[in-house]
Amino acid sequence: MQIHKYDTVIVGAGGAGMRAAIEATKRSRTAVLTKLYPTRSHTGAAQGGMAAALANVEEDNWEWHTFDTVKGGDYLVDQDAAEILAKEAIDSVLDLEKMGLPFNRTPDGTIDQRRFGGHTRNHGEAAVRRSCYAADRTGHMILQTLYQNCVKEGVEFFNEFYVLDLLLTGAPGGRRRSAGVVAYELATGELHIFRAKAVIFASGGNGKFYKVTSNAHTLTGDGQAAAWRRGLPLEDMEFFQFHPTGIWKMGILLTEGARGEGGILRNKDGERFMEKYAPTIKDLAPRDMVSRSIYTEIREGRGCGPDADHVYLDLTHLPPEQLDAKLPDITEFARTYLGIEPYTDPIPIQPTAHYAMGGIPTTVRGEVLADNTEVVEGLYAAGEVACVSVHGANRLGTNSLLDINVFGRRAGIAAAEYASATPDFAELPETPGTFVTETLTRLRDSEGGERVADIRRELQETMDKNAMVFRTEQTLKEALEDIGALRRRYRNVSVQDKGRRFNTDLLEAFELGNLLELAEVLVVSALARKESRGGHYREDYPNRDDVNFMRHTMAYREVDADGNESIRLDYKPVTQTRYQPMERKY
Amino acid sequence: MSSTLTKPGPGPEAAAGTSAAAHKITATFRIRRYDPEVSDKAVWQDFTIEIDPKERVLDALHQIKWDVDGTLTFRRSCAHGICGSDAMRINGRNRLACKTLIKDLSPEKPITVEPIKGMTVLKDLIVDMEPFFQAYRDVMPFLITTGNEPTRERRQSAADRERFDDTTKCILCAACTSSCPVFWNDGQYFGPAAIVNAHRFIFDSRDEGGEQRLEILNDKDGVWRCRTTFNCTDACPRGIEVTKAIQEVKKALITRRF
Ligand SMILES: Cc1cc2nc3c(=O)[nH]c(=O)nc-3n(C[C@H](O)[C@H](O)[C@H](O)COP(=O)(O)OP(=O)(O)OC[C@H]3O[C@@H](n4cnc5c(N)ncnc54)[C@H](O)[C@@H]3O)c2cc1C
Ligand code: SF4
Ligand code: FES
Repeated sequence: MQIHKYDTVIVGAGGAGMRAAIEATKRSRTAVLTKLYPTRSHTGAAQGGMAAALANVEEDNWEWHTFDTVKGGDYLVDQDAAEILAKEAIDSVLDLEKMGLPFNRTPDGTIDQRRFGGHTRNHGEAAVRRSCYAADRTGHMILQTLYQNCVKEGVEFFNEFYVLDLLLTGAPGGRRRSAGVVAYELATGELHIFRAKAVIFASGGNGKFYKVTSNAHTLTGDGQAAAWRRGLPLEDMEFFQFHPTGIWKMGILLTEGARGEGGILRNKDGERFMEKYAPTIKDLAPRDMVSRSIYTEIREGRGCGPDADHVYLDLTHLPPEQLDAKLPDITEFARTYLGIEPYTDPIPIQPTAHYAMGGIPTTVRGEVLADNTEVVEGLYAAGEVACVSVHGANRLGTNSLLDINVFGRRAGIAAAEYASATPDFAELPETPGTFVTETLTRLRDSEGGERVADIRRELQETMDKNAMVFRTEQTLKEALEDIGALRRRYRNVSVQDKGRRFNTDLLEAFELGNLLELAEVLVVSALARKESRGGHYREDYPNRDDVNFMRHTMAYREVDADGNESIRLDYKPVTQTRYQPMERKY
Repeated sequence: MSSTLTKPGPGPEAAAGTSAAAHKITATFRIRRYDPEVSDKAVWQDFTIEIDPKERVLDALHQIKWDVDGTLTFRRSCAHGICGSDAMRINGRNRLACKTLIKDLSPEKPITVEPIKGMTVLKDLIVDMEPFFQAYRDVMPFLITTGNEPTRERRQSAADRERFDDTTKCILCAACTSSCPVFWNDGQYFGPAAIVNAHRFIFDSRDEGGEQRLEILNDKDGVWRCRTTFNCTDACPRGIEVTKAIQEVKKALITRRF
């Protein structure tokens, strides 16, 4: 086991991790540990754009953007954080341009902007052009640009290092400080302890517990799970976003930018059904509403295809030149994976599990919270792994690429400044590698015979069936029961690859353990939230209930003296500044 | 705008052939296996599975790994051609496993899958990517500017932006570089991918580092090694005109105009 020492260690090299790294490297000795090569991170899959009220093409301002973010999040957004997001958006986009990002341009050479769901002028009057974009490859360009700038700044990467544990001093309930992380080197199977004064988690989302999802195979919530196992809370995990337009059955995303460019959703009768559900902004209503509308159409028998299980995204009325210029990648996905020509045929779509609004709770400086008020010294989080909370109950499109840049930067600065001002490293626990060594040994040596793939498949099936767009007490209980059974079976999982080099079989088993734990947190949090808000829709409680539930869920893992685990739920107030909750109509 | 679809047509399911029950075929995947912990020799191994031919080669590899042999090792992440993890040689041609459908590979015959060539194989389909990324880093793949930063964005006309659009699409998958005969014979050659990424900056109107980059590429291991075999262009899963980009860099070296 090797031991390394850095001032700042960043876990993850997606948008959030690399934006943090650019700042942290300038200020402290920094290492970035990433399970994927940086340019393989899922930020690269983002298509549509990044929001900022630049007002390059029409009147706009950050206050309108703040309002839209708060309303879009169904008022569960912390308004101080949303204000920072919207204000700093402008410099954040301009910084990326200066780093070299090739945005699409207006005729006068400024950054072009387009419409996106839920972004409006003057508090909901009409859709506004706020999304800065590079064709339908905005995430790709952000990821490449940030990596290029990491190369320029000489950021030190440890590629294909899987962080499997977080080391903290102190015990849950008391004062806690981060001491570092434990990482597994894929190439050799060796364990590494990284001692650090400051640790930033930027390890991305956890959508892989759903079957139909836009998320990469590698989005398994490793960061959330590591914090969770060390007794840190997870906030608002019941809020998961289902993006309306995933490729039918595959879940591959077709950006909302397609509707921003004029694309229309239609049912089997060819009807533009969003006119019924959101008369003002129609197809550009927020994602949760559109996803529910699609399933309502399907349930009422107006779905398309032999099984009436999807609807169409119709781009056929848009000029082919516009599709080629603005939506080249997604039209190619339709051709490659469905054999469909989007110039002439509508594309079959269905909602796809997309984005975790919840995660590790942080302050606006990226500091991780140990409870409602106390921070964990030296521990930070940013990006999809974190919950600041700027997305509340439902994230607006283009606000995540923004989030990773604004709060990635903030966390990078705060962590490096903390590390520079802190003379000593925290004590390591006596046997820092124990948890990882024991877990990996058990997985590798077990003869239990349960297969990772079977358990993961069943987990995904129960999550899709019971904890997706529509939920009830009954479906959630069913999911909880299934997850419990799967967790028991997971104890008997065994992997076939017993080797040390590139043992992805072993790591998939570890990742499955993370998914199981996080799925349980999602379902338990969802069961307790007896209301409907944003991405969390309870058919048995179809209305928003501000009296009882205008508060963030804080879930904690508890272990009793006999080693039995349970989940305790607590709540945290929502920070409201300017905006009083109103009914969310579009 | 009319509220109904003008052309209902047969529906794209017909095109996609997606009837309720997926139709499966029997296909054999002949995979190049290598694990130095087991043996220092690489061997071919056949796996015969039932699979829907509209699935990706990546789905087949997953099916084999998950249900048949967990030791089969390969890289992947996004599964839709965006992250660049899974370039491999499939039926003798470099492609992304996640962007190649089984039906397009004449699956009546065994489908061969092997690691990309010219790079050190570490295990099964995994190769050492470090030298590849080093060549990329060597061409200074970042915007170089002088003078004061503007307060707002730098202006760039839509035409100037279009000039280098093609090479911004690169996902660093190495399909091009590892299909290049010059690269196979001479590991020192930068390879097409690095040149593509130099091109992306050389032809960006905002960049002022063109001279420095061209000096690097003028080196004996630089662009002049290219023999214009077009393998790289054929291999690129992003449809980048790689050979054209290399030619443009050569031309810029001669004329110093870009
Ligand atoms: C298909 C798609 C399209 C999207 N489009 C948009 C859009 O148009 N606009 C928008 O605003 N948002 C969009 N989003 C959302 C947005 O892209 C993501 O939320 C955001 O990019 C997440 O960035 P991140 O840096 O937090 O995580 P990621 O980019 O996922 O990076 C995670 C990093 O963590 C590393 N990592 C993970 N686990 C470990 C571990 N155990 N050890 C070490 N490293 C680890 C990985 O290697 C990776 O480098 C989209 C999302 C998807 C899936
Ligand atoms: S140019 Fe094409 S083939 Fe070469 S690395 Fe880039 S994306 Fe891959
Ligand atoms: S898995 Fe991402 S490109 Fe194939």
